[in-house]
This record gives sequence, structure tokens and C-alpha cells, in this order.
Amino acid sequence: MSVSAGALRRFFDGDVWHSFRSTPMAIAAAAVAFALVFCALFAGWVAPHNPFDLATLELSDARLPPAWSADGSRKYLLGTDDQGRDILSALMFGARISLLVGVLSVLLSVVAGVALGLLSGFAGGKTDAFIMRVCDVMLSFPSILIALLIDGVGRAMFPNAHDTLAFAVLVFAIALPGWVQYARTVRGSTLVERNKEYVQAARVTGVSSLRIMRRHVLPNVLGPVLVLATIQVATAILTEATLSFLGVGVPPTQPSLGTLIRVGNDFLFSGEWWITIFPGLMLVLIALSVNLLGDWLRDALNPRLR
Amino acid sequence: MTRRLQSKLLAIALAAACGMAQAVTLRVADVGDVQSMDPHSLNETLQLSFTGNIYEALVARGKDMKLVPALATQWKQTSPTVWRFELRKGVKFHDGTPFTVDDVVFSFKRGSAEGSDMKGYTAPIKEVRPVGDTAVDIETNAPFPILPDTLTSLYIMSRKWCEENKAERPVDRRKGVENTASFKTNGTGPYRLKERQPSTRTVIVRNFGYWDKVEGNVDEVVFTPIGNDATRVAALLSGEIDVMEPVPLQDVDRVKSAGKFTVLQGPELRTIFLGMDQKRDELLSSSVKGKNPFKDKRVRQAFYQAIDIEAIKSRVMRGAATPTALMIGPGVRGFQADMNKRLPHDVEAAKKLLADAGYAGGFEVGMNCPNDRYVNDAQICQAVAANLARIGVKVNLQAETKNTYFPKILRRDTSFYLLGWTPSTTDAHDAMYNLMATPTDKGQGQFNLGAYSNPKFDELMARVQSEIDQVKRNDAIREAFKIHLDDIGHIPLHQQALAWAMKSGVSLVQLPDNRLFFKWVSVKSK
Repeated sequence: MSVSAGALRRFFDGDVWHSFRSTPMAIAAAAVAFALVFCALFAGWVAPHNPFDLATLELSDARLPPAWSADGSRKYLLGTDDQGRDILSALMFGARISLLVGVLSVLLSVVAGVALGLLSGFAGGKTDAFIMRVCDVMLSFPSILIALLIDGVGRAMFPNAHDTLAFAVLVFAIALPGWVQYARTVRGSTLVERNKEYVQAARVTGVSSLRIMRRHVLPNVLGPVLVLATIQVATAILTEATLSFLGVGVPPTQPSLGTLIRVGNDFLFSGEWWITIFPGLMLVLIALSVNLLGDWLRDALNPRLR
Repeated sequence: MTRRLQSKLLAIALAAACGMAQAVTLRVADVGDVQSMDPHSLNETLQLSFTGNIYEALVARGKDMKLVPALATQWKQTSPTVWRFELRKGVKFHDGTPFTVDDVVFSFKRGSAEGSDMKGYTAPIKEVRPVGDTAVDIETNAPFPILPDTLTSLYIMSRKWCEENKAERPVDRRKGVENTASFKTNGTGPYRLKERQPSTRTVIVRNFGYWDKVEGNVDEVVFTPIGNDATRVAALLSGEIDVMEPVPLQDVDRVKSAGKFTVLQGPELRTIFLGMDQKRDELLSSSVKGKNPFKDKRVRQAFYQAIDIEAIKSRVMRGAATPTALMIGPGVRGFQADMNKRLPHDVEAAKKLLADAGYAGGFEVGMNCPNDRYVNDAQICQAVAANLARIGVKVNLQAETKNTYFPKILRRDTSFYLLGWTPSTTDAHDAMYNLMATPTDKGQGQFNLGAYSNPKFDELMARVQSEIDQVKRNDAIREAFKIHLDDIGHIPLHQQALAWAMKSGVSLVQLPDNRLFFKWVSVKSK
């Protein structure tokens, strides 16, 4: 039997899987999240139109209501926006960009934040003071400003940056201001855990600091981080929309979910509700399912609840 | 008896209190902020409109757009190139300093100084000379019959105040240079600045020492930029603001149907157009290397014919636009109705033109666009990008807020851009001089950002500038327009319609150049 199959067996036999199966909420959230991620990842195959292919857009089809309304067209299930883009397809394509930006940037800031927070809390002294002062400095700038700065620097360094590089810069720009929150949260929890008996016991038995941090402290401080991270995914998606509005995010011809929401904002009073509602609903679904999954994971991983 | 007296006194006190409470505040919201309080820093409508309540020029425009005296009481030509302006007596700046000949000479110098965006207005002027204490002579380089028309936006500042505040030089928006004049003012106008918080709130109050009678009854104006369309409409509907501009096209019906508001729609003098870099040997952002495709007229024409202007009008603009073939609209002197015929929208012809020029497979080009300046500007650009995709041209669209957009394109860091222009003199010459003539460092072609250049056009423009005979002048305008049309120097799109909304009870004057003067605003109390 190969190692991975063994790991899989262990996973399915383990507490986490059991807890998943016995939590209907988690199953529902996972199903929704999976459906959304699937649609987003395979938008090219699933979506009825390709809204990023400008040559296929029909301006004369702009602002059609959803298919079930009187003036709706069967061609566009959820209606079209002001450029004649099929909203359903635009949501799938847009969610791909937004999810990628959201997940990648949050992942990046979680990794950086947790590592620095652990180090800061565990090492204490000058290291702690230094890292926390850096945090203070970062906190004193609005995150959108830092994102703009990084984006500006990124563009200046690679003036002919094409889509992929611009995308990396965008992810980095959103991730950088984000790590501070994780660092502070983790540091706080680490300070509490550090003085607990199990850590002292581990120390006395001669376990290395690195191992104590990784094996003993980390699982105990991860709870709040997971909650924070799931919320931050939604925030990151909206930050990306703001950057796009300021002209440094994704181009308006390739709208992300955030851009669609911002565009939808303009139609709040116009009676063309479908341009507003559906992108917002999509974000709610993403945020809610990720949040619920995060909640469940926090409980499942919490050693004290096992 | 005493009781009676008391009640009488009380009544008087109450009346007085009511009188005081009647100080009328007008809360105005616009999609963007006034970029600076410096009247010479940006030649842009909102900027000149707002600062025009604080500062004044020698000449102003009345409600019918006709010239009326302002800081000059009268003017006449003393020779073909010299104009004498008699200055108004007894005018004081807001700080109490009397207005003198010195201030006029100084302001013209400031308007032509490094960093000024007013060079287009000062360039034809050779010299401004004081004549005694009460008049100035303005000498132009060549006969310039429309000089007074061009002076309505060149506001007069106090020399003493500028010197004391180290603001002798204008604020330079392109380089991000700021000085006291960005945040403080000292004009002669009916309102003076009370509070300035950039991008947040600007408050002006009545200047009771104003030389003229003020028709309106507004004592205080609170100006707030609200960038988001829905938020701005919500602010109006909830009564948080009294006047807003522009009403988003999608919300016009909603605002009208609320019953408590008036929507004032009218034609605007502004023409929206696209410009292409025709100067660089290689475009800043394009897949074509080593040459500039826009130098080829066939490419420009292909772009022109690929654009479906009727769809943009009906879908993006919801009918509130007039497609145009000319760079000026009706209402501007020199408009040629018979020449206002667009090339047909023809995708096949466009494809063929592009193939003939050697770009059969199309190419990539970057496009710059504001997203909070003109009505549905970013949406127009997206529609244009979609149209161009049909002929194989991939547009990399960058739409951004005007605070970053304008400095960028004014530095000419663009290959393909969208701009709108209102000839502030309401004369064809203004558009020809600023948008279409070959750029020079004197101010000519200051907004010809793609540097379209045709010497014959320049020659005709100079003739239009100095020709006094109206028939000959009109002929020169026609000939020049024909050249520009044949060259496809720019791609004109449309004239947008103005849409302002206000609470019932507010009466104001909507000028077709989209300026709002608070001295003409009255608020009826209920």
C-alpha cells in the first residue's frame, strides 16, 4: 500500500472526516463552495458565453432582464449587463479572477503573518519588539494605500508587464497589508500558550523550539486565524474591485466579481436589479460557504474540542 | 401694558431669530472634486465653474452665454491688435485689498507662467500694459477678433496676496506641485472660500462686499464630491443634498418619478472624442514594434468605421447623446451643420482598410479612459473596445479615476484615449487651437494629446484666429474642418446631454457649457 493511500485511509478514519460527516452545515457549505469553485475554474466549458471575448458581445443586447421576465431572452439566463455581457457567464469568469486573487493573497498573508506572529510571540524580546513595531507602521497606513504603492512600484519595475505579471503584482499588493492582522492575532495567542504547562513540559523533555512552535503551539493558535482568513477572502475580493476602479487592478473589459459588483452599484436605483443582485449574491455565497467551512474546520481542528 | 410690550418684544425677537435662521445653505454634489482652488491650474469645466464663483475674469458670460462686463466695464479695439479694457472701480478682493491694474497685469503673467493650464488663452497675447490706473491695453501677436471671448476663463488674482503667500506660480497638476493657492483663495467674486478639504468638502460663503447685486439668495454652498452614482442619487432622494450633477442616465426616470425633484436636461457644448498618438515612431503600448500604426490614415479610418455609434447612443447613453462628425457641436460658433455627417459604421470596410494597411490580423493597443469624468465614459470605452475586437484589434483598456487619468494623458503617456472638450469661448477657434493644431510649447495644441499635425490646418487656424470678416472666417473654418475630417485627425463620438437634478424650490441657470454659478441660484423656503 502506498503512502498516500495510507494517508487517505487515515484521513477518512480520522476525527476530521467524522466531524465533517456529522455536520450537515459543513456538508452544505462544502457542496456550494465546490460548485462555485468548479464553475469558476471551468468557466470556459461551463459558461454559455465568453464575456471576455469582446468580439462576441452585442451592445444591442445590453441590459436585458433575466430569462423568466417578460422582456428576457432565453439566450441570457440571468440577463445581461450594460455592455451586453451575459451575467451568468460574467459571474463565472469573474469569480475565477476574484477567487484566485482572494485565495492566493489571503494564503500569502496567512503564511507570512502566522510565521512572523509565532516567531514574535515565542521568541519575545527584541525580535518581538521589532516585528510588532513593523506591524504598527504597517497598520498606520491604510491598506489600499499600500496596495497602490506596491502596484505602482510593480508597474514601474515592469512597465510592459502582461497579464500574468500584473496579476502577481495585484495578489502581492493585496497580500502585503494583510499579514499584520494574522501576525498580531497569532502573537497574542502564542503569548498565552507559551506559558502553559504542556509547552513547558515539552521544553523540559528537550523538544526543539521549532518543533514546539510547529507541533504544539501552532494548532492551538490556528483557530482565530482560520476565522479571520475566511473573512479576509471576501475583503480581498472587494479590495481588488477598488483597485480596479482606481485603474490599477484588472481591466474593465475583463471584469472580476468585484468589478461586477461595483458596476452593479450604479444600477441600484434604476430598476435593472439583475445587474446588481446577482454579483452580490455570488459574493455572499462565496463568503458564506468559505466562512462556514472555516468555522467547522476551526472546531474540528481545535485540540480542546476533540 | 407691560405684558403687551413683552409679547411685542418677543414677537420681534422671534422674527429676528427666524430671519437669522433663513440663511440659505445650498448643498451641491458632483461626481468628482474640484482639483484645486488655483484658478490657473486646470483648464477644465468643473474647475473653472467652481472657482468662477470665487474669482472673476475681466469679461463674463450672461445667462444667454453672451458676453457681459465683469472686472472690466467696457472694452474696445484701439487698433487691429490692441484692445483697451476699462477696469471697474471700487472693487475689493476678499481680504479687503482694492483691485488694481497691477493685479490684471500680474494675473495674465501668472496665467502664462510655467505650470499654468491657461496658456491656451494667454498665448495669442503679446503684452498687457497698464494705462493709467483704470485701464489696460492688451496687445495680441496678430489681429484676434475673439479676444474678449477667450478672456472669460482667465480669472484675476491679487498680486499682493499671491506674493505674500508665495503663490506667484500656478499649481502644476501634471507635476503634482501644490502651493497656497490650492487651498486658499482671495478673489473678487460673489463667494469666498470658507473651508477646503480636498476630495471631501468645500464650503464657500457669500461675499457681502461684492460689487454687484446678487440675484440669488444662497448664503452658503457646501460642495461634496460623491463619486458613486447610486450614492449620489441616494443622497438626493434622501434630502442630504439639494443639487446634483450629473444625474446618472439610468436613474433619470427614478429621480423624476419621486415627484419632489426637477431634472434639468439640456444639450451640452461638450464633444466626446477619441484621440490617437500620431507622433511617436513607436506607440507606448502596442504589439506593433518599430512603427506607429496610427500614422497610417487607413488605420485611423478603420477604427472610426468600426465604431457603432448608434448602439453606443441607444444602449450606453440611453439616447441622451447626439452622434457627431465634427469636433464641435451645434451652439458653438463655426459649427457646420452640412458637414456633420459621420462615416458609416461598416465592419467589413474597416477590416479591409486594416488589411490594406498591413494589419490584416489586427494588433494590440493600450487605451486610456477616465471612469468618473464624462457621462458613462468607461462604458463608452468598453463598447469601443468591443467594436474594435470585431476587426481584430485587441484593446488593453485602462480605465481610471480622473485624478490619475488627467496628469497621465496630459504628459502624453498614452496611445489611444478618450477626451471631452467644451470650447470655453463658444467659438470653433477654441477647439481648433487646443485640440487640433500642432502642439507648440506656447500653448497651441495643449490638448492635442496625440499630436495630430497638418501644416495646412495650422495655417487655416491662424487665419481663423485673426480674420475679422465673418464670411471669410467661416470659409477658413470650413476648409480647416474638411482637412481634419479627411485626415481623420480624431474620432469624434458625440455630444452628451446635461442632466442636473435639484430639489423642487431650487431654481438655477443651466449653462450649456455645464457651468453652475451660485449667484443665480434661488431657494424658495416653504
